[in-house]
Amino acid sequence: MSVALLNLIETTLNGLMAGVMYSLVALGFVLIFKASGIFNFAQGVLALFAALTLVAFQTGQVPFAHLVNAIFGTELHKWGPGLPTFLAILLTMLVMVALAFLIERLVLKHLINQEPIILFMATIGLAYFLEGFGDLMWGSDVKALDVGLPSGGSFWWEDVTREWAAEGSGYYGMYVDLLDVSAAIVAVALVVVLSLFSQYTATGRALRAVADDHQAALSVGISLRTIWVIVWSIAGFVALVAGIMWGAKSGVQFSLSLIALKALPVLILGGFTSIPGAIVGGLIIGVGEKLAEAYFGPMVGGAIENWFAYMLALAFLLFRPQGLFGERIIERI
Amino acid sequence: MLQRIDETAPLLSVNNIEVIYNHVILVLKGVSLSVPRGGIVAILGANGAGKTTTLKAVSNLLRAERGEVTKGNIVFDGAEVQSLSASELVRRGCIQVMEGRHCFGHLTVEENLLTGAYTRRDGRTAVAADLDKVYAYFPRLKERRRSLAGYTSGGEQQMCAIGRALMSRPKMILLDEPSMGLAPQLVEEIFQIVADLNAKEGVSFLLAEQNTNIALKYATYGYILESGRVVMDGAAADLRENEDVKEFYLGVGGEGRRSFRNVKHYKRRKRWLA
Repeated sequence: MSVALLNLIETTLNGLMAGVMYSLVALGFVLIFKASGIFNFAQGVLALFAALTLVAFQTGQVPFAHLVNAIFGTELHKWGPGLPTFLAILLTMLVMVALAFLIERLVLKHLINQEPIILFMATIGLAYFLEGFGDLMWGSDVKALDVGLPSGGSFWWEDVTREWAAEGSGYYGMYVDLLDVSAAIVAVALVVVLSLFSQYTATGRALRAVADDHQAALSVGISLRTIWVIVWSIAGFVALVAGIMWGAKSGVQFSLSLIALKALPVLILGGFTSIPGAIVGGLIIGVGEKLAEAYFGPMVGGAIENWFAYMLALAFLLFRPQGLFGERIIERI
Repeated sequence: MLQRIDETAPLLSVNNIEVIYNHVILVLKGVSLSVPRGGIVAILGANGAGKTTTLKAVSNLLRAERGEVTKGNIVFDGAEVQSLSASELVRRGCIQVMEGRHCFGHLTVEENLLTGAYTRRDGRTAVAADLDKVYAYFPRLKERRRSLAGYTSGGEQQMCAIGRALMSRPKMILLDEPSMGLAPQLVEEIFQIVADLNAKEGVSFLLAEQNTNIALKYATYGYILESGRVVMDGAAADLRENEDVKEFYLGVGGEGRRSFRNVKHYKRRKRWLA
């Protein structure tokens, strides 16, 4: 194989991996939008909050330590050596469920029957609140997150691909980050679990029913409030997974909440209501921006990666506003 | 609070209710009616008379449309409806089949039926047995059990919606406009099944219909609503013979065409607490 072809394959592979990371965030949006017609602006912050909480459990941070220290002049920092990763993840999940419950109680319950735009505004408020609250609770410093996933390039893959190039071409092999590979595997597992859940359990069926027709769901005795708690818990879980992956990749910091902005074009591409859409949309954007950067970047001085996704989304808005897999967007009550 | 349920008391009694939408729009101006155990009662009237609102007040689905019962009360099976949630009502055996079917389009017919059993806690085998029962009443649904409900015909969707309600083991089904958009033959078929369910399963029905003819054929008692008020009620047989009902709702005039000048207006009867 020629080096150019190998480079193309490498770029595509890395694009796919990056795309999976976008899909993970987009997935959370889709789940909530499907079940309640709410565009959840806070999804990115949920991921940040989950990652912060996870790190805190892992390292044994005392919540609100800075605040308490400032008021009472104490010297609190850690309550112990921290919890093992598995336990920390479990506890974080519980926190996310509690959060979902609180969101339903304090926000959504009071906004039943309001216009979608009002709910959307509420989620913006929620996003800012959670960001500040997370800051107050766990501190604003950048934290490293290590959940024991492999990271760094794969030497094995490098060796394998080096063989593919022609003798003496000086090709040094492909670089694939192991962390990206694990993220891809986790994402696939997540989608499989979610589809099985929604397809084969009574609760999953109820979720789909609510997504289809609120009124009818009410009429057969499905409680919307319960469903919302469940959906937000699942979205919290997806946010946790996304938070772990992104946090392990680039550290847990407040810019993590901005990944939500990258998920937006993914949603426009894939459609707001389709889980496969979120995945495929993410992959297309990941591959598209990496390829564009590698092949057209040099012509315009680079940085295509930053805006490519939005251009693509814009094109989609013009020609196929419902996205690749989305149903026609119908007003919901 | 434990209430003794009087078996001779009506299953449902609606006592002089007033319903307001959006805090301003008065839709029901004092409606009273009752459904005896094992009865089929029809609410008749033109568009906008308040039939659907009455049904939704009973099934407690009004709140989802910013409607509110501001006066009067509704008692179902010994319990005050207003203090129960919609899902609690379904659990207690009062379920609504909404106007326009409202099947879950992206779910298969069988999944639709199963959502009807959402509030039940009596185990898979009992639900499976009821599923078979529903298929026995609606053999057509069995043939189409694997297809998405959105792709089935209007008649099949109506059957699906009724079947779904049956899956909750109801004491009473509130049936809103079952004839809407269906061929006369199908309407007849559906009402036949309603009568069957009533006779064999002991399910009571409160149905809202514009098709007065067929409704009075199958119902035992009827109420006629006009702009938010009950203007007439009586046994179905009496209503069928009533000259006014014949003229206004059944489309059989007394003696040929008449001038609009001679059209009679009902003298509205005020109804107080039943």
